[in-house]
Amino acid sequence: MDVELMAQLLRRAGFGTTRDQIDKYLQQGYEATVEELLNPVHREPEDQDLMDRYFVASVEARSPGHADPQWAWRLATNPNPLEEKIALFWHGLMAVGGVKLDHGLEMLTEIELFRRFGLGRFEDLLLEISRNPGMMYWLDNQNSHSGAPNENYGRELLELFSMGIDENGEGAYSEDDVKAAARAFTGWASEVTPPPFFLGPFPMVFRFNPDDHDDSEKTFLGQTGNWNGDDIVRIISEQRATARFVAMRLYDYFVSDTPNDEEIERLSDVFEENDGEIRAVLRAIFNSDHFKSEDVRYRKMKSPSDLVFGTVRLVDRFDLPELDSGTLANNTLFMGQHLLNPPSVEGWHEGEEWVDSGALIERINFASAEVSRTDGRGVQRMLARVRDAGDELDGAEFVEACLDAMGSIDVSPRTRSILIDHANGHGTPWETDASDSTDRAVEMFQLIVSTPDYQYC
Amino acid sequence: MESNGLKGKNLVVVQLSGGNDYLNTVVPYQDGLYYDYRPNMGLRGESVIPVDDRIGFNSHMAPFKRMYDRGMVAVIMGVGYPEPNRSHFRSMDIWHTAEPLTSSSEGWLGKVTRALDPEGRNPVTAVNFGRGLPRALAYPGVSVASVGALESYGLYTGLAGAHNRDALLDTVSRIYQPMSEEGFPSLRILQTGRGALDGADLLRQAPGHHNSSVEYPEDNPIAQSLKGVAQVTSAHLGTRIFYTAHGSFDTHTNELVNHTLLWDQLSEAVECFWADMEEQGAADDTVMWMFSEFGRRVADNGTGTDHGSGGCAFLIGPSVKGGLYGDYPNLDSAAQLDGDVRYNTDYRDVYATILESFMELESEPILNSRFGQLDLATV
Repeated sequence: MDVELMAQLLRRAGFGTTRDQIDKYLQQGYEATVEELLNPVHREPEDQDLMDRYFVASVEARSPGHADPQWAWRLATNPNPLEEKIALFWHGLMAVGGVKLDHGLEMLTEIELFRRFGLGRFEDLLLEISRNPGMMYWLDNQNSHSGAPNENYGRELLELFSMGIDENGEGAYSEDDVKAAARAFTGWASEVTPPPFFLGPFPMVFRFNPDDHDDSEKTFLGQTGNWNGDDIVRIISEQRATARFVAMRLYDYFVSDTPNDEEIERLSDVFEENDGEIRAVLRAIFNSDHFKSEDVRYRKMKSPSDLVFGTVRLVDRFDLPELDSGTLANNTLFMGQHLLNPPSVEGWHEGEEWVDSGALIERINFASAEVSRTDGRGVQRMLARVRDAGDELDGAEFVEACLDAMGSIDVSPRTRSILIDHANGHGTPWETDASDSTDRAVEMFQLIVSTPDYQYC
Repeated sequence: MESNGLKGKNLVVVQLSGGNDYLNTVVPYQDGLYYDYRPNMGLRGESVIPVDDRIGFNSHMAPFKRMYDRGMVAVIMGVGYPEPNRSHFRSMDIWHTAEPLTSSSEGWLGKVTRALDPEGRNPVTAVNFGRGLPRALAYPGVSVASVGALESYGLYTGLAGAHNRDALLDTVSRIYQPMSEEGFPSLRILQTGRGALDGADLLRQAPGHHNSSVEYPEDNPIAQSLKGVAQVTSAHLGTRIFYTAHGSFDTHTNELVNHTLLWDQLSEAVECFWADMEEQGAADDTVMWMFSEFGRRVADNGTGTDHGSGGCAFLIGPSVKGGLYGDYPNLDSAAQLDGDVRYNTDYRDVYATILESFMELESEPILNSRFGQLDLATV
């Protein structure tokens, strides 16, 4: 069984995990693991009560800043990592930002929506987000009235959420389609409900207002009828352009920073054949020869979330939602990813753009500090694994043992040879019983997370 | 490292985060309306240092007033942008991207950095004091050093018990050599790492180049940041843009205490900085731009003020033609914009002026349009 491949699956479908956890997955096999990841049992997190007790200011969060600790905790600890990974995907694609929606409770509602619907049929997700009060406010649909439609939602729905535009700014839809969509969504509004406590935020609920809905005939993407918003969502979801757009974005997020037209066409077919089910597209990704090939291994730059939550999961340090875990979102912010506040309605750009020199320093300093926590469970298990590799290890053996203990990381031959030089620089082989065995192993862990290789997943 | 041969001045940005209260900074102390709208927050008598017979500075800006009297402070009154947004984040983005109407992720100073150093040769062309990059400096392919504290800047400086730091750095430095892209999608990650390491080395050594008789107050964060600016300036690393921030000016409550403390710190820090710049002989080559994302409501809320729109900004330095610019605050209810001071000077006019008159750069490619010029430069 291919340890490297399993490690990659967990880095892409999740944030990476411990070497022990990889062994557990290996016992059940690759395809069974894919299915387990794709079919998380969705439930109210058992730790919601725990979060509410530890993150007191986060209860019924007022601002996105108050909501951060809750999502950070779930990103760091959710045993179904794909739930968080897909929520982050849709959060970037159907971006709603705290820059305008200054409402932590609604932001968390959206993330939960993405967890629940993010792996199901695209049409269902699109309908849910179109009924989502935070989204409606973000894209001004509450200001869209019969006779005076606001086109913002109709446009972004087509351009950014479903059909997309090409490099020339052209979409497979016309300005008239945008206008028709905007008219169909008139009357889709929300209302606020009383806050749960004094000075708390006002939860928002969807409300369709038939009196403010333009029920007249509309022609949308060549189809004519008295369309309402749900008709628009249905018609959009049947378009090849939509299949292709979603396939392209999923490929970009889960597979590689370099687009592959052949794969994207294949995944678009899978999307259409499965009624737009995202789970089916991801299954076709993870089980493909392409995904398993060397062509895409370590060919995706880790996002700040991948880096922060992947490293935190590797060192497995949190039992309780303590203050440190609440501030993890600050670390992604320092590295350029402000969770719950994407830079624009376009979300984030994946790929090498993530890493500038300031961000790289933050990444290396964060990760090297995490793997230095010798009192933590994860680091202790890493040390134990290095010890299990042999009582006395030469440079190459020692580097290999450390890489393997850290979740079967692979590095380029050049990086590996420099790491081996470093190990050999001590002048003696690494010995289990030597007084500096822990220090030397931790030093190697620190170096490994500092490599350019570690910035990719 | 020598400067890159361009002649323009270095730009020091001081961002007043949170929305600085214009009316309690530049106080219309002869305007009865001011006291009508601010029964609790209005500054009177000795709380105001008169500048002319209509406005005065907050009394906690005494050092500022001294610089003003020397003719090196331009006060830009009523600065803002069309369709004001009262969200901190959005309004700050508007200032950072120079795009008031559309959302952009490209910072205006990121573009300036690109214009100053198109090949990205100098890793410290722009230096931000603080963690995380302000959007003003974000631009694809532009690397900016973000420094918490210079002395501890770089890799592994916060690592507990890092007795092995030099050994780690030696090896990491060997790894980040952009010589072969084998194993990576491109050389870019290696180049970025090289820039980060070189930049860190340069910046960490900067304090050693700084000899000054100026004593920056220790417990004053903005003074410490500006000291960092002075240190990097004296090291002649070719840094052209410095970014600092001070706050929080989000004074919804307890404004009379918080706002005055912030200005005590800021005025003292800025005076120290300019004294130091003069001592270093760098004052004429430097200009300081101080802004906030918005001003605050005309009327107070009892103990503070809420988010507003039009505000005030400052351009400071010996090359600046000091004085009052823009219109005096007009607090007449008909002149207000939804309870706020209406802006009369577009912030992009000031940006264009900074770029053209002080940095000797073409402003149009950076601001995407042609903006007016203010007559702010002495030459």
